[in-house]
Amino acid sequence: MTLTPRSLPDSIDATLDLLARADYLADRSLATVLFLALKMGRPLFLEGEAGVGKTEVAKVLSSTLGRHLIRLQCYEGLDVSAAVYEWNYAAQMIAIRVAEAEGAHDRERLEHDVFSERFLIKRPLLQALAPDPAGAPVLLIDELDRADEAFEAFLLEVLADFQVTIPELGTVKAVQPPIVVITSNRTREIHDALKRRCLYHWLGYPMAERELKIVRAKVPGIGKALSEQVVHFVQALRKEDLFKAPGVAETLDWAAALAELDVAALDPSTASDTLGVLLKYQDDIARIEGGKVKELIDEVRAELRAAE
Amino acid sequence: MEAPSKRADAQTGRLAENIVHFARALRAAGIPVGPGAVMDALAAVEAAGVGTREDFYWTLHAVLVKRHEHSLIFDQAFRIFFRRRGMLDKLLAAMLPQAPPREHEKAPPGAQRIQEALLSSLAEAERKPPQLEVDARLTVSDREVLQKKDFAQMTAAEIAAAKDAIKRLVLSIDEVKTRRLAPHRHGHLVDIRRTLRASLKAGGAVIDLKYLGPRTKSPPIVALLDISGSMSQYTRLFLHFLHAVTDARKRVHTFLFGTRLTNVTRALKAKDPDEALAAVGANVADWSGGTRIATSLRAFNKLWARRVLTQGAIVLLITDGLERDPDDRLAFEIDRLHRSCRRLIWLNPLLRFSGFEAKAKGIRTMVPHVDELRPIHNLESMAELVRALSAPDGRSGDPKVWLDKVA
Repeated sequence: MTLTPRSLPDSIDATLDLLARADYLADRSLATVLFLALKMGRPLFLEGEAGVGKTEVAKVLSSTLGRHLIRLQCYEGLDVSAAVYEWNYAAQMIAIRVAEAEGAHDRERLEHDVFSERFLIKRPLLQALAPDPAGAPVLLIDELDRADEAFEAFLLEVLADFQVTIPELGTVKAVQPPIVVITSNRTREIHDALKRRCLYHWLGYPMAERELKIVRAKVPGIGKALSEQVVHFVQALRKEDLFKAPGVAETLDWAAALAELDVAALDPSTASDTLGVLLKYQDDIARIEGGKVKELIDEVRAELRAAE
Repeated sequence: MEAPSKRADAQTGRLAENIVHFARALRAAGIPVGPGAVMDALAAVEAAGVGTREDFYWTLHAVLVKRHEHSLIFDQAFRIFFRRRGMLDKLLAAMLPQAPPREHEKAPPGAQRIQEALLSSLAEAERKPPQLEVDARLTVSDREVLQKKDFAQMTAAEIAAAKDAIKRLVLSIDEVKTRRLAPHRHGHLVDIRRTLRASLKAGGAVIDLKYLGPRTKSPPIVALLDISGSMSQYTRLFLHFLHAVTDARKRVHTFLFGTRLTNVTRALKAKDPDEALAAVGANVADWSGGTRIATSLRAFNKLWARRVLTQGAIVLLITDGLERDPDDRLAFEIDRLHRSCRRLIWLNPLLRFSGFEAKAKGIRTMVPHVDELRPIHNLESMAELVRALSAPDGRSGDPKVWLDKVA
């Protein structure tokens, strides 16, 4: 992939345009915080329910700004050797044996050779600090809440100074700080010390109008009537007392599914059959299935008719 | 950068001053805003440029708000502050259309707190309860009596002594394996990094294997404490207990429930127990009211379970189980709670009666879904609980015993 680097947006409006160019329809609050993060060189901390487009922000940034995307997926037990760097032990062993065979006995020298950059395997965080001709890369630290607190503490150094210390080599500092996007599903509270270094934004569910635009932009084949019904149905569904309300990602999946099925307008039986795309908990499905679906669809139809 | 004109300079000065004032108001309303954040806010406003009111709002929001819960307080503070001082309008000069007068609707939640924080600097009502002088140095026999005495029957002096004893409870560490590795003498994985370093010391001739083993960590505790009328004699001491536990371990979350659920984790983090309890009292609206266990558990399951029950949490459910109107919902919610945590311990002060039988419908509904059912009415049972927490495989609190008693 060839990347054509573009300069950073110089106003909030330009940021909105930039996102819209990749079909990401953001509201003004997100554009503001994103613009500030880019301008001030601070990490952006995005929190919100699953499926509201947190990860997408980083992807869109990388594609529209023409920067590389470096992704670090967090999980419990994530440690330095998986996130920052690791030595290539096999190669080091061979180097030691070769040195032995050649009769080299200078221990200092050997140690220096073995712990040099040649034997270093760079993991995402270190990669993000390396100079890049395409401009500073976009570093996506995804689902930070899944990692444990120990890793969070480690991130403090990286995010504050954009540097990493490798005991054998010294400190590696980024020439240009990467654009950092951190996402969290809030399965636990992230420590304030880390949040303090970031710009915080809560991504909520979009309003009907914007969600409709998103659906039309992302599912091109969908009809006007169906897209309206789908969006209003999902919006009504979010007001119901559910364990997990459907996100934008679910709306898009559902719209795409219905478009694939050549459905022209929403009807109770199709909606019931495809409810599994929207709701992911059996209790929620059982609660909505059948009568409730019909009720919601009638409501949506009446609402749309009134709006005409 | 070009030299700013004198007027613009004065404007920036006023802006800075107002942001500092605004930050102070937010701090008073309970959003932790440090001096660093104020500097950031100034930088951010400069970066974004003074545009519309909305942009100004979100610019400050981006820097000053670090938690979703704080958005609401920020929103209220922003409206009140910049309306009262008429500052924003002056700053944004003629660029802004006149804001229409806001009709008086029902005050949104959070408004009360903000109003108080902004206006009540005069009402410095420092309420210090009269100091109760208690000699907590008890003789051995006194202590023994205290150990077994029901909290509900204690005098004020005894309660003070009990508090002191609670403070001294040592929560030994129960540990669960994490997925992290640490150097270990007899671990199960070879630590190649340390091995290589060690062998280099000997010039690479000898390879001395070093090992890694799993690292252990104490799991988080989540306490759900019933503060309804029937529990009122116990709640204060339980709060002391929870404060002691919070102090000893890092990850403890505490929720209070009567008719609704309140998260008091932050309040309990204060070092001084009395300060912590005062902060808790200020946060809770439903002291000594009725109990709605099902509703409260439902709120917990829905809003908090996914956020606090990670990494093998232990749940302490402290309630007498006397539900106002027990129905299927209670069974459903306690079942869901049970499934989302590693260990669910029900602490019931009613178990103090030797003739206790699980007769009440609410209790019968809940017992099958808990891992352990334990009494908690005196210091001895508290100490017992602490021991049980330290030995995860002890089968001492089997709840079935209580069901069998009735059947």
